[in-house]
Amino acid sequence: MQRTWAIIERELRRFRRSPTLIVISMIFPVVQLVVLGYAFGGNVKHLKVGVVDQDHGVPAVKVRELTSAVAAGAQTFETVEYADQGQALTDLRNGVINGVLTIPPEFSRRVLERNEPRVALIEDNTDNFVSATLVGTVNTMMGAYNKPAPSAARVPTEATLDVVEVYPYVPYIQYLLPGSVVMSIFMMVMIGGGIIFIDDKARGLHEGYLVTPITKLELIAGFNISGTIKAVIAGAALMIVGSLIAGIPNPFDVMRLLRLLVVIVITAFALISLMFLMMVRVNDPLVPRATFGVLNTLLYFPSGAVYPQQGFPQWMHYIAAVDPFTYAVHAFKSLLLKNTGFEAIGVDLLYLALFSVVAMTAATMLFRRTL
Amino acid sequence: MPAIDVRNIVKTFGDFTAVKGISFQVASGEIFGLLGPNGAGKSTLIRMLTTLLPPTSGTAVVNGFDVVTQADGVRHSIGVIPQAMTSDLELSVEENLIIFAKLYGVPREKRARLIRDLLAAVELTQWADKQVKNLSGGMRRRVEIARGLVHEPRIFFLDEPTTGLDPVSRVNVWEMLEKIKADRDLTILLTTHYMDEADKLCDQIAIVDHGELKALDSPLKLKASIPGKNVLELSFAGEPPDWRERLARLPDVESVAGEDHLFRIASHNGPATTMALMEMAGQAGVGVQSLSVQSTTLDDVFVHYTGRALRDALQEPSAMDRGFMMPRRQ
Repeated sequence: MQRTWAIIERELRRFRRSPTLIVISMIFPVVQLVVLGYAFGGNVKHLKVGVVDQDHGVPAVKVRELTSAVAAGAQTFETVEYADQGQALTDLRNGVINGVLTIPPEFSRRVLERNEPRVALIEDNTDNFVSATLVGTVNTMMGAYNKPAPSAARVPTEATLDVVEVYPYVPYIQYLLPGSVVMSIFMMVMIGGGIIFIDDKARGLHEGYLVTPITKLELIAGFNISGTIKAVIAGAALMIVGSLIAGIPNPFDVMRLLRLLVVIVITAFALISLMFLMMVRVNDPLVPRATFGVLNTLLYFPSGAVYPQQGFPQWMHYIAAVDPFTYAVHAFKSLLLKNTGFEAIGVDLLYLALFSVVAMTAATMLFRRTL
Repeated sequence: MPAIDVRNIVKTFGDFTAVKGISFQVASGEIFGLLGPNGAGKSTLIRMLTTLLPPTSGTAVVNGFDVVTQADGVRHSIGVIPQAMTSDLELSVEENLIIFAKLYGVPREKRARLIRDLLAAVELTQWADKQVKNLSGGMRRRVEIARGLVHEPRIFFLDEPTTGLDPVSRVNVWEMLEKIKADRDLTILLTTHYMDEADKLCDQIAIVDHGELKALDSPLKLKASIPGKNVLELSFAGEPPDWRERLARLPDVESVAGEDHLFRIASHNGPATTMALMEMAGQAGVGVQSLSVQSTTLDDVFVHYTGRALRDALQEPSAMDRGFMMPRRQ
């Protein structure tokens, strides 16, 4: 055990003297958290919708008044009046406006006849977010247009929907935080573990250790425990800083912090096991650098850190099912956003633990005690 | 019992045989040198003896332990300085020694004293708390010497210990090694391509080339085994076609080698041969463009046993240059 501790001591002393490494492995996740959190967290506003009124009757004017109300209130879109449908469509295609709301000539007559009056929304559907927002807003607007006058009955006769939110509103930046914590752990594992490990190997540093009586298991344990400690430090620091930035309520709740620490430790060990398995037979320093970016994308985005997995195609579900990030992100979301106990994250912890065992066992079998 | 006993050891990497059945013994307390150019197989050999590479065939026993079946016993007995600088640059001098002392299981109560004594022996006491990255190459090498001795090994392996160092640092390292060996009961095996290093330090030298052992003896006996104790190197202008044969008939000449105006003459009596040569050249109207007379060197020994000069061998592409970076395991 003393030899394992000697390796751990060596790694942590080097880590302590590498402030650049500490900062780099934290800066990227924090920047990502803030930029993505605010870039994607807001509601779509200030779109431009061209209005072509070909009817000019009273019902058409009412529709136009509703569009003006949206522009003045929610500000989802601003209206641009067009006399000519052709010009409006040209501007739509050229990207000057995001949609065209056309009130056809017979609209008022059909309203009075109650004969299927229609308005048309012609949209630029190359941007799904904008398109969905426009459709949703105009649908709501037309719903308000069709709403009958309130009846005199004291008890409502129609079915209504009451929405109850179990948790307080979660801004997108808080939604992103769990993924950022896992990302921070991963970056420390890759840079402070994988890249430095291979660089040392390429410099011949490992020869100095292989000629000592240290056993294969002691060497592996030393590298991986020290890697886990470094990753835990990075993860814990990002969790606290990120919680403050994202506005997580009660960020210093002791019980939650303890539970989070458990998840951080298990996640760190799972990711260091993965890194070690990937690098155990690698000698070229370019390999970890080249794979870092690809791995980052392959692990992070399918995990549900940025977008719900329910929206993924089937092939991405297969990746997510085996991706340790998925379980780590789910566990962090449960603890950070819902303040649950271990019962809600039992499956996550079990998977991460099993993943660690399998990866570390395979890596140990592949590790060479000689050159 | 010899400190190191190597019998017919072979190492192959795929189709390439780096070490071809080498055998030798190193007596206890001796400084043994493996001399040869890059790619000769020296580092491969030393890596087998230090348990970094398993031999393909043959045996090696180090301090009574077989390198394959008793590797742990070997590792406890030896200190190693690999060719590359392997000290941790971010750690201080003392931290490097502490970590290695722990890896070798040096008891805590002994550790501090040993490290203090070693730092004094390598003259780095005042640099103990400085990070290794702030030291010169020669000083880093001394850190590694100290690190290799922190567990008081019986046998010390050094792979090209002064490669890359400036001349002053090289001499410094030699003096350090001689002093350390004098103070401790230590057997040293080192590899080098510097003949002056082998000549100065080693009790026995094994000349290795292309994976084969070409010669093995003390430096003095190796030089004495070469015909002629002086070597004359000359270049001529306008010499006749039979000039080589005429040179060979000069007094005390043992052998003549060379062509294209450049000749190398081994002689028992350099001055006498020189005088006779100058007289003959004068009479034949042959111009002597350059002349040097030297005592036999290890380079001459190398030429004698391998057919080429060590400095020429250093220019040839080595196994590493042939794209042979990390050989596959057999």
